Amino acid sequence: MSQLIDMKNIGLQAADMVDVEKGRVKKELYSNPEIFEEELDLVFNNTWVFVGHESEVPEAGSFKTAYIGRQPVILSRDRKMNLHVLQNRCRHRGATVCEARKGKTKAFTCPYHGWGYGLDGSLRALPKPEEYDGVFDKSEMPLESLRAESYQGMVFATFNNDIEPLEDFLGGAKKWIDLFMKQGGGYPVKVLGEHRFNFPGNWKIQLENTTDAYHFPIVHKSFVSSLDEATADIFDFLDGEGFVEDLGNGHSVMVMIPQLVDLEADLDQPIPERFSALAQALRDEGKSENEVKKLVRAAHGTGFNLNLFPNVSCSMAFFRVLRPVSVGETEIQHVALGGDGAPDAFNHKRMRLHEHFQGPMGFGTPDDGEAWERVQKGSMAGTDGWILVNRGMSKLRTSEDGNPQGAVCSETGMRGAYQQYKKMMAAAEEK
Amino acid sequence: MKSNTQLLAQVTEFIGYEADLLDHKAYQEWLSLWTDSGLYIVPTDLNETDYLNTLNLALDDADMRRMRVARLENGESVSAISVGSTVRMVSRVRILEAGDDLVIARCAMTLNELRHGKLVTYPANVEYTLKPTAEGLKLEQKVVKLLHADGFLRTVSFIF
Ligand code: FES
Ligand SMILES: [Fe+2]
Repeated sequence: MSQLIDMKNIGLQAADMVDVEKGRVKKELYSNPEIFEEELDLVFNNTWVFVGHESEVPEAGSFKTAYIGRQPVILSRDRKMNLHVLQNRCRHRGATVCEARKGKTKAFTCPYHGWGYGLDGSLRALPKPEEYDGVFDKSEMPLESLRAESYQGMVFATFNNDIEPLEDFLGGAKKWIDLFMKQGGGYPVKVLGEHRFNFPGNWKIQLENTTDAYHFPIVHKSFVSSLDEATADIFDFLDGEGFVEDLGNGHSVMVMIPQLVDLEADLDQPIPERFSALAQALRDEGKSENEVKKLVRAAHGTGFNLNLFPNVSCSMAFFRVLRPVSVGETEIQHVALGGDGAPDAFNHKRMRLHEHFQGPMGFGTPDDGEAWERVQKGSMAGTDGWILVNRGMSKLRTSEDGNPQGAVCSETGMRGAYQQYKKMMAAAEEK
Repeated sequence: MKSNTQLLAQVTEFIGYEADLLDHKAYQEWLSLWTDSGLYIVPTDLNETDYLNTLNLALDDADMRRMRVARLENGESVSAISVGSTVRMVSRVRILEAGDDLVIARCAMTLNELRHGKLVTYPANVEYTLKPTAEGLKLEQKVVKLLHADGFLRTVSFIF
């Protein structure tokens, strides 16, 4: 009982560490292990969490493994092509039934005593079943299944059976997901591969970063220098017309390059130098000039980052997925996207662009990682202290969708995310 | 054609020389070891051989190699500045194919990096495709197969 009261206090204390009025959060939110444990429970186990894209499980029998906070799950597609998100835990004595990252299978067989589960999680067979006569029936012991819903191929799952439908949760973000999915160039968006890396820091440092344009010209100076002049100009967006908009429920969008919001508009633009080889390859394949322009424009990726609370971002041309490992460690996936059935030249270019900036060896990520590691370290200085997310607070306007909107390098999106965080942590009271 | 022992000695010497250049950040000299068509590849999928058709951690042609080196050298990258030193051990060199135009060799490498005072280790199999030229061997392809290529790596601001 006393433990319950303590836990409740920690959630409330964490909620109190978010000062919405002043736009600041206590640095302890990055480093207190008790708060971290509460976050797993109150945030990750309690909301819609991204587990994968439908193209990662394209066929009957396809599966991939993922995590919701600390809990291992399996995303699978059964013979009727239905998707399932299952707890990766055998119902007998609890071993994981699948350790592969992805693949194709007819069944998940537990390595310990051989219980076999179907792709929908149902327990199909077990050795020497007669000893369970009168104990239980197989039908009572499927892999536990989570509530799962998708939007535009993005699959989310939740342990919270009372939560609103996914589409309501996404709300104002849906319009941006629709725009994001135009980058298949007329083909459905498909996962082409992924980069994985970790950094010694709290997950919220990464959550903030995807809606942080302010750091770009500083931290990514060496990347910008590696580009041709025209491309470098595109990335010089802090003085442009971009913006950050709070979309509600912790989601936000940061538009850096307004001319690349809708990839199906402005198709008459000239083809930039760095895409001329791609354009030629597409022409050589017999693509019409219109299709060439559409594919080239899609190859850029979108000019915005859409941050979906708490663990995924549709970030220009890829998905950024975060997983909290411990209070001071976070794992990140950079998932490369292309077009399903699109010309090889297009998908190859998309992969080469992804390799250029993303992943542990890209020209961008290592410098981000260095900055985040410093934030975590710095958060240990002093006994008390604030992290400021108040940039641009006094210059907010209302967007055409009725949301708070600030300058592209404002911290409007971070404040939106922390507001949702505060709400979820404060729900400790109702538990 | 050389005897196997001679060739092995020549290849081993070349691999050791390349390793020494990289550990001592002599990146411009390293660039000059390459043919124009050469590819530096660090795959994510160790079973994959169609590198152009796959997402890699790095797939550098001559332009990308030059840019990668520029990024490490120009003082603008905060992570490159804070990389301490790397020390790589190379051994178990074996010639897989000894053609007149191309020599293919494989070796074991362990790279140790000191990063913010912590030691990070990267064991790998490295595959070299080398081109014999008048100026000695040149790199036509180098594939660094990290043991934990598909795991969660630390970020990398040096060259394997
Ligand atoms: S733990 Fe899975 S069959 Fe026993
Ligand atoms: Fe960044």
